[in-house]
Amino acid sequence: MKISEQWLREWVSPRLDRKALTERMTMAGLEVSAIEPVAPNLDKVVVGRIESVAPHPSAEKLRICRVDIGKDRRLDIVCGAANAAVNMLAPVALEGATLPDGIRIKRAEIRGVPSSGMLCSARELGLSESAEGLLVLDMDAKPGTTLSEYLGLNDVSLEIDLTPNRGDCLSVAGLARELVAITGTKMKFPITKSVKPKHRQRIPVKLDAPRDCSRYVGRIVNGINPRAVTPMWMREKLRRSGVRSIHPVVDVTNYVMLEWGQPMHAFDLAKINGTIHVRLSKKSESLSLLDGNCLTLKPGYLLIADDRRPLALAGIMGGMDSAVGDATENVFLESAWFRPVTISSRSRDLGLQTESSYRFERGVDPNLQILAMERATALLLDVVGGRPGPLIEQFAKRHLPRNAPVTLRQNRIDRLLGIRFSPRETEKILSRLGMMVKKFSKRWTVTPPSYRFDINCEVDLIEEIARIHGYENIPSRRPRLEMVAAPLPESDVGESRVRAALIDRDYQEIVTYSFVDPKIQALVDPEITPAKLANPISADMAVMRTSLWPGLLQTILYNQNRQQPRVRLFEIGHVFRLSGEDFSEQAMLAGAAYGDVAPEQWGISRRETDFHDIKADVEAILTLAGVGLDAQFLPGQHPVLHPGQTAEIRFQGARVGLMGVSHPEIQTRLGLDRPVVLFEIKLDALRNGKIPNFHEFSRFPAIRRDLAILVEDAIPAQAVLDCVRQVAGSLLVNLELFDEYRGKGIDSGRKSLALGLTLQDSSRTLNEEDVERVMAEIISALHSRLGGQPRQ
Amino acid sequence: MQADWIVTDSKRTMEEQLKSLMQEAETALAAALDVVAVEDIRVRYLGKKGVLTEQLKNLGNLSPEERPRAGAVVNQAKEALQDKLRARKQQLEASARDLQLTREIVDVTLPGRGMRLGGPHPITRTLERLETLFTRMGFTVAEGPEIEDDYHNFEALNIPPDHPSRAMHDTFYFNAHRLLRTHTSPVQIRHMNTHKPPLRIIAPGRVYRCDSDVTHTPMFHQIEGLMVDEDVCFADLKGVLGDFLSRFFEKPLKLRFRPSYFPFTEPSAEVDISCVICSARGCRVCKNTGWLEVLGCGMVHPEVFRHVDINSERWTGFAFGLGVERLAMLRYGVNDLRLFYENDLRFLQQFK
Repeated sequence: MKISEQWLREWVSPRLDRKALTERMTMAGLEVSAIEPVAPNLDKVVVGRIESVAPHPSAEKLRICRVDIGKDRRLDIVCGAANAAVNMLAPVALEGATLPDGIRIKRAEIRGVPSSGMLCSARELGLSESAEGLLVLDMDAKPGTTLSEYLGLNDVSLEIDLTPNRGDCLSVAGLARELVAITGTKMKFPITKSVKPKHRQRIPVKLDAPRDCSRYVGRIVNGINPRAVTPMWMREKLRRSGVRSIHPVVDVTNYVMLEWGQPMHAFDLAKINGTIHVRLSKKSESLSLLDGNCLTLKPGYLLIADDRRPLALAGIMGGMDSAVGDATENVFLESAWFRPVTISSRSRDLGLQTESSYRFERGVDPNLQILAMERATALLLDVVGGRPGPLIEQFAKRHLPRNAPVTLRQNRIDRLLGIRFSPRETEKILSRLGMMVKKFSKRWTVTPPSYRFDINCEVDLIEEIARIHGYENIPSRRPRLEMVAAPLPESDVGESRVRAALIDRDYQEIVTYSFVDPKIQALVDPEITPAKLANPISADMAVMRTSLWPGLLQTILYNQNRQQPRVRLFEIGHVFRLSGEDFSEQAMLAGAAYGDVAPEQWGISRRETDFHDIKADVEAILTLAGVGLDAQFLPGQHPVLHPGQTAEIRFQGARVGLMGVSHPEIQTRLGLDRPVVLFEIKLDALRNGKIPNFHEFSRFPAIRRDLAILVEDAIPAQAVLDCVRQVAGSLLVNLELFDEYRGKGIDSGRKSLALGLTLQDSSRTLNEEDVERVMAEIISALHSRLGGQPRQ
Repeated sequence: MQADWIVTDSKRTMEEQLKSLMQEAETALAAALDVVAVEDIRVRYLGKKGVLTEQLKNLGNLSPEERPRAGAVVNQAKEALQDKLRARKQQLEASARDLQLTREIVDVTLPGRGMRLGGPHPITRTLERLETLFTRMGFTVAEGPEIEDDYHNFEALNIPPDHPSRAMHDTFYFNAHRLLRTHTSPVQIRHMNTHKPPLRIIAPGRVYRCDSDVTHTPMFHQIEGLMVDEDVCFADLKGVLGDFLSRFFEKPLKLRFRPSYFPFTEPSAEVDISCVICSARGCRVCKNTGWLEVLGCGMVHPEVFRHVDINSERWTGFAFGLGVERLAMLRYGVNDLRLFYENDLRFLQQFK
């Protein structure tokens, strides 16, 4: 909320300068987030009275004004404003003044006529965004007075960020109450007297929805002056609170809202037919609002209606048809209490937030309506005149909120805050906050004032005590705790270690949005229906990812388009699945490599990253997690991957991951210049590894034998390795596949695999015969099981 | 005397012979250009059939009286030659090694070869640091789902439907009940539902709000903290957060606890630190206030305890939530939030 400091100080003015005052407010939970001067520097701008207006001899649109600027001084000023008139009071920028837009006022000749000074509009003085003609000042302005002094421009607007629970502070009165509590200064209440009715005209009011509107106060004011204007002081206060001056009647209701926190509404009496009904909307009623929108309402909206039709959306916005305007002579004023939930739910439904709904949904004091009506009537009579009628009031007592007493215990305060308060201190703070306090031994019964509907339980009061005492005055201490050893599961390698390993292997971590473009999502997982957001922020962030690949691929594209020749990325994050009505999510680790296997450098020839480069990274991660040797890579299929370069990663029979090289067609469709090698592993699979278990190693010498074996192309290397391991049994302590060869010297359709076997016995030195026997068995098994033949 | 003369004569002859042999050998040695040549010389003079060796053999022809003296002379010559050979050999070896070393000079300023180092995302870099700080204080890490339900994200946290603060959450919905969590606070509820006090947890993770502009991304990260014990109070909260913040920024900081409002804590506070960018002198980042808002916190609301069936008369607790992006930006001087999610390598590689 925005409010003028001067206005606030009219109510309560603690002996604190601006900085100290705003700091105290902030530290009491009324965060002053901005302090803005209400006007630019207006040195040498004074009040002037136009004494005469004469035509300009050579310009039809210009006139020569003689202006009294006080102390018997007069200036002749050439002026183009259409509203310049004799006896008008308006601001004059004197010679030497600099206006906010940088214009310096000099003596000048305008079309042959000397002119000294300038008569100004509000816009030229930086007091409004737009203006028609000169700024007309009230008749009480004295020529010669500086404008700054006359308008009290040495003022600032305080922008106060109020938390949703403090609806009671959305007014000058509310903030003043707080300042009283914070500083102990006395309040200077403006006097509000009841207005004596001058006629007996009433409108019947019926509360048809008493839960939603439990009090309704109205009054008719007849015979207002349709030509009256809002006085300058009121316009200025409204302006400094960010409220535009619209019409004197509307300005008065807005003024009372800012002053007391009671939103009000004024109807043109001529447009009301019969009785005022505060009721819920029926099917397909429609209403044209003040903002120009025409609503067709669903049932259940709270309306102010007459016998024929809806007049206003209660507490949110008035209707166009019943609004006061230039022709209005008789007005009907409304000051009501609406239930917060009623207003908040409707205003959210409609996406309509107004100053009024903002206050009602945060809660307006249920005892404020009559006071506000009296204040508004008095102001209205001052501004537009007219004859007030009697106060009309309807209320539903059992629906009006009432603040129940709350019990507060001394020891609870101490225990929750960690500081001891004397009972007297506690009572002092509470009574400054307007609470009724009764003491019973070590506890109190506290009844909050009607505007503090946020106080419902003991801790609400403890917070108030802490707040007024000052959080800064509560000590800070280190809690003393029991020492407990936390679990440290060694079988879970932990995300952090996995991340470190990938970083060390030249991967850059990324974090991408969990919602992705449905098109890329469909490309990656065409068979899965992803979870869809009902209100996505944009069409390309509309569905939840089922894989981390969309984000990786998009990031590669993004960097490719920024001339990055080599990109290696990984991400750890959740993927989401829709299963029937329900949702599931799973943590995944995924990576992608694009470009050369090594960064461009001397002494290494360039080569595109391929499947097996990345397989080594995946194997390293699996080994790290303690599942390395038990994981299997089997040929697999995936829509974005090359059908011949895709592997399923299996562990204990279950698929835990997938890897492969991008499908050339996908590459084209995405606009990738080069292939991408992708992998994705369930993070859970890395959390249940083996803990190392020592086994004896042989002290006897080992023997190495190499074997080149020719097999059909279709035979996977894994089958050859498995066969060798199985036949060699425990004698085989190491097996390396050190070459795969196709081409010259080998029949097409076959390949040669070169194996290095290290054989060792645990209890003796192996001799040649032992080794030859094992090798022969291996060769024979490779032949019989896989059709393999030793290469000569 | 005669005999003496003869001896002397034959000795002189031998000595002259030796002298010229030695001179010959020295000339040859000086001419030898490598270790092999030196070895040849050694063989020629000191080998089994070497010239000096022959001389020693010839000693047998001398009379027993002459033998010792002559022998000494020959041995002396032999030793002298051996020393010269060794010296020359060492000299040649040294220069050969020097030559080799000169040939093998590399340009040490050429860049190292092979893989380079990747890097963590600045957010996880920050998260890991935060987790380490808190786990060292005795907090354990808890997790929860990112697709939440209305109950855990709002209701159990004392945010009933139509509560004004719901409007501030800008929630992404899937349907009437399921949503993307708007904060990490629901992990509090899940944890308290499954664990008994005393509790000390942090819950890091992604959160989502339907808001996107210069200072908002629709996804960001928070760390939630919760401590519940028999006598946890506001003073403890101030102590724990004060310690944590000065450790995180590695400098002494001024802290300011300002009253605020969260439905799930009371009393609630927002915490400001003295600006780490300008040392509280006033800058653009702190909007000339000298203060930076870094987190929200408070004492767990009894209503929250009621939802998870913890007796608030016996147990008290505090909770806090901090924005990871905000801390990362302050720590590393990042001036645009959106950079975190563009994943531009030129940005990311600065956080190796």
